[in-house]
Amino acid sequence: MTAEFPASLEASRRRLQDPHALGRGGHARRPAVGLGHGDTGPAAKRILVGYGFWIFLLSDIVMFSGFFAAYAVLQGATAGGPSGRQLFDTRRVAFETAFLLASSFTCGLSFVAAGARRQLWTQVFLLVTGFLGAGFLALELSEFIGLAARGATPQRSAFLSAFFALVGCHGLHVTAGLLWLGTMMAQVFVKGFQPTVFHRLLCFNLFWHALDIIWVAIFTVVYLMGAG
Amino acid sequence: MSDTELEFDASRDDHAPGDASPEAAGQLALSYSIGLFLATLLTIASFYVAAEHVVWAPSVPVALCVLAVAQMGVHLVFFLHITTGPDNTNNVLALAFGILIVALVVFGSIWIMDHLNHRLMPMAAVGQP
Repeated sequence: MTAEFPASLEASRRRLQDPHALGRGGHARRPAVGLGHGDTGPAAKRILVGYGFWIFLLSDIVMFSGFFAAYAVLQGATAGGPSGRQLFDTRRVAFETAFLLASSFTCGLSFVAAGARRQLWTQVFLLVTGFLGAGFLALELSEFIGLAARGATPQRSAFLSAFFALVGCHGLHVTAGLLWLGTMMAQVFVKGFQPTVFHRLLCFNLFWHALDIIWVAIFTVVYLMGAG
Repeated sequence: MSDTELEFDASRDDHAPGDASPEAAGQLALSYSIGLFLATLLTIASFYVAAEHVVWAPSVPVALCVLAVAQMGVHLVFFLHITTGPDNTNNVLALAFGILIVALVVFGSIWIMDHLNHRLMPMAAVGQP
């Protein structure tokens, strides 16, 4: 806590004596400006942006829960067609998982580098994140093409419709994430680490980590349980 | 003092998810590394449990669910930095509401549709006298 550079000595003193602001509800002192408490006005932009995006991510996860529910209900409705046991390749899924997990890590490192104002390292880690994400997408696309070649298209059965809707929706999110990543690389390059650019990096970071959380649910529910 | 440092006024109380002060870069990198390590362990455990017969077969789905929930917890704590601290109350409340809705949608659907499946006649029997 002492490593931070406080805006004032008073803030520094508060931080040291009460690091988690447990006494913020006390009557002894007025809330500081930028907290969103009392009559001090709204919280700082950075907190509002991060929190708002968090709400969006949660609503996105709620949307995914609908696809998960549909998949869980329709899992056995193969209409005489192929089942997950015959279709899924666990080895490929392991590679996809490794790519996405590693990209989540490098994405976090890019945020660390951005916090330290290191243009080069931010770009390098974002680029690595992008390559890992693209590798994930390539594996997923080749899986879909392979399935289609074996006649396992969304039209074949309710199970396959639910499968392509769920996994495809996640794939679309990753695609959108890659486009966003490219945009962020360009913005960091052109605009530097302005507060607005930094807020967007924060949101992108949250988005990418949330995609990984959803993938954990997908590889567990769809692939491991389906193939087992 | 740059703009972001001003934004990072030490007197602020609330904490955005995934956010950290620029000065805490070392801590942040450490947290990502711990997260990567734990998530890798849990992922390997998931694939191992599914592939090998290390646990009683009917309990495999339960084991997989436990491992998945644990890994999501690791992601939330070490990647998204959701904590139980007072500066995180809003984030945790929003998360709790999200989990409630997800649980209602998923388990509610499975429960109701399972009952419907049991109550409906098999399709082959519909045409029979």
